[in-house]
Amino acid sequence: MGGVMFLNRAFTPEYGLDLAGGTTVTLRPITPNGSAPTDESLNLAVGIIRNRVNGSGISDAEVAKSGDNIVISVPGVGQEEVVKLVGTTAELRFRQVLAVAAGSPPPPGQLPTEAPTPSASPTATGKQTSKAPRPSQSATSSPTASPAGRGLSSALTNPSPGATPAPSDRPGKKADQNGAGKNTTGKDATPSAKPSQSTAPTAPADDPMAGVDTTGIDPAVLKQFQTLDCAKHKGQGAQDDPAKQFVACSQDGSAKYVLDKAAVTGSSIDTANSGVDPTTGEWLVQLSFKGQGPDQWSKVTTTAFNSQAPRNQVAMVLDGVVISAPVIQEPIPGGRAQISGNFTQVTADELASQLKFGALPLKFEKSSINEVSSTLGADQLRGGLIAGAIGLALVLIYSMLYYRGLGIVSVLSLVVATVLTYEAVVLLSEFAGFRLSLSHIIGLIVSIGITADSFIVYFERIRDEMKEGRRSLRTAVEVAWVRARRTILIADAVMFIAAVVLYFLAVGGVAGFAFAMGLTTLIDIAVVFMFTKPFVALLAKRKFFAKGHKLSGLDAERMSQSPTGSTTVPQEA
Amino acid sequence: MSGIARRLYRGEIDVDFVGRKKLWYGLSAALLVISIAGLVLHGLNLGVEFKGGSVFSFKAPTANIEQVRSTVSDAGPHQVIVQTTNNGWQVTTESMPPEEVTTVQKALASKFGVPQNQVNLQVIGASWGGQVADKAIIGLIVFMLAIILYLTVAFEWKMALGAIVALLHDLVITAGVYAWSGFEVTPATLLGFLTILGYSLYDAVVVFDMIKEVTAKLGTTSKTTYTQAANNALNHTLIRSLNTTLVAILPVAAILFIGTTLFGAGTLKDLSLALFVGMIVGTYSSLCVATPLLVTLKEREPRYQAIARRLASHGGKAATAVKSPRQPVTAGAANGVVSDADKRNKKK
Repeated sequence: MGGVMFLNRAFTPEYGLDLAGGTTVTLRPITPNGSAPTDESLNLAVGIIRNRVNGSGISDAEVAKSGDNIVISVPGVGQEEVVKLVGTTAELRFRQVLAVAAGSPPPPGQLPTEAPTPSASPTATGKQTSKAPRPSQSATSSPTASPAGRGLSSALTNPSPGATPAPSDRPGKKADQNGAGKNTTGKDATPSAKPSQSTAPTAPADDPMAGVDTTGIDPAVLKQFQTLDCAKHKGQGAQDDPAKQFVACSQDGSAKYVLDKAAVTGSSIDTANSGVDPTTGEWLVQLSFKGQGPDQWSKVTTTAFNSQAPRNQVAMVLDGVVISAPVIQEPIPGGRAQISGNFTQVTADELASQLKFGALPLKFEKSSINEVSSTLGADQLRGGLIAGAIGLALVLIYSMLYYRGLGIVSVLSLVVATVLTYEAVVLLSEFAGFRLSLSHIIGLIVSIGITADSFIVYFERIRDEMKEGRRSLRTAVEVAWVRARRTILIADAVMFIAAVVLYFLAVGGVAGFAFAMGLTTLIDIAVVFMFTKPFVALLAKRKFFAKGHKLSGLDAERMSQSPTGSTTVPQEA
Repeated sequence: MSGIARRLYRGEIDVDFVGRKKLWYGLSAALLVISIAGLVLHGLNLGVEFKGGSVFSFKAPTANIEQVRSTVSDAGPHQVIVQTTNNGWQVTTESMPPEEVTTVQKALASKFGVPQNQVNLQVIGASWGGQVADKAIIGLIVFMLAIILYLTVAFEWKMALGAIVALLHDLVITAGVYAWSGFEVTPATLLGFLTILGYSLYDAVVVFDMIKEVTAKLGTTSKTTYTQAANNALNHTLIRSLNTTLVAILPVAAILFIGTTLFGAGTLKDLSLALFVGMIVGTYSSLCVATPLLVTLKEREPRYQAIARRLASHGGKAATAVKSPRQPVTAGAANGVVSDADKRNKKK
């Protein structure tokens, strides 16, 4: 790791907002009709911007409301690109899907030929099964009404549930559908629906390029599509131009899409709600359109419906990310629609609010840009470092006094851990945008205790083995290691679980903190396994330790059986 | 070297933690009641990041950071963050009533010779409110479930329960200390709480690991009850617990000391106080709350009841099997279990 650090000429970490100061941008939202934005739409905008500037949670940026304005503070000065990034409009758009592929390219040599089979759709459980009979149904009926351009063979050989090219404008067919459990809840305009968490549409995805029907796709866009790797770039903040075709990833990065020009924009959405289907008890999202929306929606659903998978899906794009891409099961006139399938209350609510506030395209005007100094001042940082140094010194003195010779091992192990941590932090700020804030520094200082505990557990085990009087130092070191190793791993696993859960579920500073905690835990394990244990084993071969010198920490006085025997763990014979 | 120091050094300590569980439970209950009372009566003193606040900005090229800070804090607000900007000063305080805002504006205007209407005021919302705090709570709940699951698989559900109860105990008491002391709760404090979470569990897991190892050897002919074995395991890891806590707490104590004495209010103090209290309570709870709770649960299992019953009937032998200075208490506990078991047998 040191080599990488050296090669990149990066020797100091980047500091966070509290240590280095940064750029503060004030954005004023502009609504189409000039009225004050609602609190809810502002909150949504804050959430979107927070994701843009601090998506990974480790860059230590802050986003706050200030009256009707939004104030963003980003560490570092002169953050032009950040200003540009946060100022773009986030508006919801509906676009027909033109092509779908897995979010990340498969390893070379492995063709994802399994993709077109229904089983490749990971999220459409249950729902999918209940629909299983339908493809054949559609296959038989489709030839009669199949518009030009959709091949019969394709409909027969590709019986994925996503590819339901059934013409349902015939009353009889509609009844079939209702009978099949897709209850329309008595709404006048028949809602369309198909389970579609964003990963479901991967089912009809073909081998990334070979099977994709590229007709009508702009070559430049196609090229973008081929190179896009959703694992690396999720496209948040890359605002789409409604008049152009667009390449986007699904929210979880599992699928990527080529999308047609925007058919309906968010401002045409009247309202959106989540609710429970009274017959099936499933969570679903209902939305209705206003203005030109119903016409546009009717047009795009008709086109999609008459297309072959994956073009029978209409994607909802918010802030450059596909939040959902349901399969259109029938043309939907009348401006009301219903999305169902695999929702929980939380996901249905989330989609409904995204749709609802997509109706309010918040544009932002930069009202001020300030460069601010750190909030802490140099005194706090200096204080923290002095305190850390004093603390570390106390730890060293204590372990030398208590563990004598073994104290050297713990001191050196701590030094190794410190160096590794420092290098990791430097590299992370170089490559992943990690920003060290005072909270991280304190977190790292605290981790001294956790790291030291691993040694203490090990040393105490060695002493136990010696006290039981059965073993030479060299065997004691090995036997104690086996027992200590398990304890260390279990305890570190707890810390690591804490770090992972907090990192993925929390936002902002908490995620950054969790990141630092997880990192320290891994470094602890690496140091104990690769440095402390071998080092102790090496020392055990030296006369100084093996003979139990007074200063070795393994002398006779400490190792002797205690007179009362009270500390010996009773063992069954 | 003699006395306690010598015994500590040689690792010869024998404290009957489990036998005194009534004392610990009483102590913990009292601390919890006091903490909850503090949270209800005083509440937490949330910082600007959680509640939002007022931001004053003005130009004063000749001023220095200390002058600005003291001018503002003398005028009323106690959460004062001073920053320089490219065109002057920016001071963030907690939300204040309009008249206090005017006082601060006047104070700044007269001190630095700026017209009062050029001390700009902006009310800013909570950057750590809403989404961040909500998600942190969801994270916390999922975390606890994940830990319960992990400990149930790695150990057993009774240990998971003991560890989680101890964890909640630590969090409430630490929060109580904040409520009563009136120390400000900043994002740094919240991170301190999260560290306690990990630390408290870590400690309990190490102790439980030893208990598991020791009690795994208990068979039907065992000479020790689960209570005694667990107590021995505790004493066995006591040196480790004390050493670990000491090593972890030394740096924190240094930060707390420097944070409070040299620099007054600030992030350092906020965070280190949470850690200082949390670590002490965390060590206490894994010894005196998590383990006694676990023992109470385990002694209800028929196989350990059987051991306890058998040993109780040979009271004298049991007393010699484990040379514990607290034998009467332990024996008492064992007897209690026996009578419980007898009652249940009679019902059958």
